[in-house]
Amino acid sequence: MMHLPVYVSAIIAFVLLAAGSLVLPDWAMFLFAMALAKGLVCLGIVGMMRGGVVSFGQGLYYCLGAYTATLVANSFGVSDIFLLTLISAAVCLAVGLVFGPLLSSYRGIFFAMLSLALSMVLYGTLSKMSFIGGTDGLNIGAPTFLGWAPEGRPLQTALYIYVVAIVVIAGALMRIYFDSEQGLITLAMRDNELRVEYLGASVRHVMTYNYVFGALLGGIGGTIAVLALGHVDPEFAFWTTSGEFVFVAILAGYLSVPAVFVAAIILELVRSFSNLYFPNTWQLALGIFLLIVIVALPGGLGSLIKRSKETDT
Amino acid sequence: MSTGLLEVRDVQKSFGAVTAAKDISVSVPKGAVYSLIGTNGAGKTTFVNMVTGYIKPDSGVINFGGQNIAGLAPRQITRLGIHRSFQIAQLCNELTVEENMLVAGAIHGTTKPSFLRPAHDKSARERAIATLERFNIAEHRNRLIPELSGGVKKLLDIAMAMAGETQIMLLDEPTSGVAADEKFPIMDLVINALKAEGVTVIFVEHDMDIVTRYSERVLAFYDGQIIADDAPDEVLSDPEVQRYVTGGPA
Repeated sequence: MMHLPVYVSAIIAFVLLAAGSLVLPDWAMFLFAMALAKGLVCLGIVGMMRGGVVSFGQGLYYCLGAYTATLVANSFGVSDIFLLTLISAAVCLAVGLVFGPLLSSYRGIFFAMLSLALSMVLYGTLSKMSFIGGTDGLNIGAPTFLGWAPEGRPLQTALYIYVVAIVVIAGALMRIYFDSEQGLITLAMRDNELRVEYLGASVRHVMTYNYVFGALLGGIGGTIAVLALGHVDPEFAFWTTSGEFVFVAILAGYLSVPAVFVAAIILELVRSFSNLYFPNTWQLALGIFLLIVIVALPGGLGSLIKRSKETDT
Repeated sequence: MSTGLLEVRDVQKSFGAVTAAKDISVSVPKGAVYSLIGTNGAGKTTFVNMVTGYIKPDSGVINFGGQNIAGLAPRQITRLGIHRSFQIAQLCNELTVEENMLVAGAIHGTTKPSFLRPAHDKSARERAIATLERFNIAEHRNRLIPELSGGVKKLLDIAMAMAGETQIMLLDEPTSGVAADEKFPIMDLVINALKAEGVTVIFVEHDMDIVTRYSERVLAFYDGQIIADDAPDEVLSDPEVQRYVTGGPA
């Protein structure tokens, strides 16, 4: 059966992560849910990194997904988490399909800055739109699950399991994509675009696919984050938010999908505990941590997994 | 009336004040082996680049299979069956030899590259290894590109270009950067493999022994023009070619 190891790994990951809801306290479940939601956004960046570009503006889709869900919920009374995710994903997909072909001609710093510029345009626009909260943002009510409206601990648990399910499905699909023919062409493109063009493939098309997948994942991540937080504001599109996503992507590297979520969880843990114990210097701790990873593991945390597999064989 | 598989008519190309191609006209029949000779800057690579879409000619027609391909993108020209290798082998350094071949196989496959089908699929790997074996480089399949010799890199570059349905293969200096004792074995291998598939070959070469041994017809370039177009012996004994290209009798 094609992709059997991926399916088996996905099922095991789902069971293990979902079992966490039985033992984790509320605060940890919230922290993990947020980390996994952000991990989805970072997975989109990793997809682009495999093709040799890094988006510094993934906050655009994180914010767009969050605002879409909030506006749909507040304007039309939609509270179903599945429907909200679907609508936000569709909007981000559409926007990705507009910007993807435009950005696919650019590389390196130009791609990074253009993607950042787009997210900052959204940030500036949302900040000035007082009818949707301006810089204060908007609140969103608790989601329902196909008509079921849990509260308190059951709500936290349901939301957490929903995030885990989405993460496992998205992670498995991205793994299948990374291992596919198109995935290998993306890696080849990172190395030598000229060769890929002269073999008969369109580098721009491959770039566009990766960007659109990134947009989709960013939108879903933003939707989950706003439902967990209950609030969205333009900071979702601010450059520091996008910078965090890049931080996680670099920390994870482009070799492994689970590494992205591990890196996202590490970032949330380091930030939360550093913020608690040394609130004025936690960014310093984060910077030192990233420095150590870059020096010791230039391929990111994912290279550890690859290395251990190579040792096994 | 045109009879060649590739018909180049009155092609011109200038880079600012420098004219790299002046009224180039060539007819290459199917299955022929042509070589392009000339000093550096004579216009050989410009010719190859125009035929393969890297450079758009200022004027003129490049007909292939009844279609004017002048100005098409490289990938569109490749899809039509005109493939090329490079003076400096263009490979993906972070991938293994087999993975490089898998990339070529995925792009040249009978169906579009898939988002789901594994690149390392058993049948894809078998096809990749079969092509590597045809070029005698299968033993290197698990090695990364920087670990390979110049000769193996060249062969892989050509093998990748051959993964599709090639009708014309343009080889830009296939033996440059290759050890002297490897040149003839490599050319034997390449030309035999291409001829076996009925591929028309056009190669750029500076080594006149290779030109004489492998080509059926030679185009001598000088200052952006073709100054001789004939059988190797005729071209190499042409006084103008000796004066401007070879620097003496071959």
